[in-house]
Amino acid sequence: MIIAVASGKGGTGKTTVAVNLALVLGAVDFLDCDVEEPNAHLFLKPCIQAEIPVTVPVPEFDKQKCTGCGKCAEVCAYHAIAVIPSPGKKPQPLIFPHLCHACGACSLLCPVGAIREDQRNIGVIEKGFRGDIRFIHGKMNVGEVLSPLIIRRVKGLIDPNAVTIIDAPPGTSCPVVAAIKGVDFCVLVTEPTPFGLHDLTLAVDLVRQLKIPFGVVINRAGLGNDAAEDYCRTECIAVLAKIPFDRAIAVRYSEGETLIDKVPGMTDVFNGLYKNICQVKNEADRCS
Amino acid sequence: MKVCVTALGPKEDSEVDPRFGRCQFFVFFNLHTREVEAVANPNIESSGGAGIQSAQMVASKGAAVVLTGHVGPNAFKTLSAAGVTIFTGTAGTVKDAVDAYEAGKLARAVAPDSASKSGMGK
Repeated sequence: MIIAVASGKGGTGKTTVAVNLALVLGAVDFLDCDVEEPNAHLFLKPCIQAEIPVTVPVPEFDKQKCTGCGKCAEVCAYHAIAVIPSPGKKPQPLIFPHLCHACGACSLLCPVGAIREDQRNIGVIEKGFRGDIRFIHGKMNVGEVLSPLIIRRVKGLIDPNAVTIIDAPPGTSCPVVAAIKGVDFCVLVTEPTPFGLHDLTLAVDLVRQLKIPFGVVINRAGLGNDAAEDYCRTECIAVLAKIPFDRAIAVRYSEGETLIDKVPGMTDVFNGLYKNICQVKNEADRCS
Repeated sequence: MKVCVTALGPKEDSEVDPRFGRCQFFVFFNLHTREVEAVANPNIESSGGAGIQSAQMVASKGAAVVLTGHVGPNAFKTLSAAGVTIFTGTAGTVKDAVDAYEAGKLARAVAPDSASKSGMGK
């Protein structure tokens, strides 16, 4: 089973939930798919044993063969290629690698075969262990934008026989879709604030469109108001667990430490979370 | 010689639009014939690469000079590769900008002076 931990709003506690759920379960695979700013390693402190570079194809021009026809710039959906007039010479192609989405349209459609694909490094995947937990995360290089591609590469390492926990990026855009697409269950972490609720509703819209069974974890319960819980009740969404707004938890977090066995009651909270995930998942399976 | 001014409107008395890639209009001014041709910018709503597209368009229209407020890194690179000279910090109307250029009062941009995407959402 693959469980993704997501949220609309950032900073609601995705990593806290994902990491402590992994710890309470023990022998699981943990994938940090927030490749723009992975932070689960700060808490799990895995021993990294392997690094896999992530590269993407980027067009390279054979300036002799190129006729300057401009077809490549025309078909590039991301405006990563410009073909510019050059006084006294044929028009010259200009490539902006950071805008390239590696779709391959330019090299496929170049009428004279003047484009070949070079490889460009955009990040790295690191693999290791923390006890029985197999740890994998992607790290995107600063200034790069193709996080969905790195996320898909990280997910390519999923072992279908293992229980896998995915720490997803925040928001509801492409990187989140890449992280949660195809998972068996999605845990949406929210906080009882107007902002938390607003972004929760966006995340709910997303998981419903992707037809992923899901439930909500309310973090910092006791803070703010009851609007998030009222919303879940109205929308018939299961509240899988509540993590109290507790100074002891904040202190552990700020020290880069985990909660299981350290903050009283947390083992029960996360065991209960997993039990509820299985229950909601089973109900969803029965209905579909 | 053709000068391209980024403008909020299509006329000589339109105000200069300080953005390059996502300006409202490109007003081309022929210094010899004094003819004016305005082109509405098709790249305003572009999700990315507006500067590159605009630069490519301006160069293909045969402008040798661009007068604008600010220019980003991708537009700067594209215009420079096309041999187009860029003058930033331009203000007033299109006519004011052309006059200032002809009087030699404008400073040539030697580097981009704004970040990518800074022309969005205005």
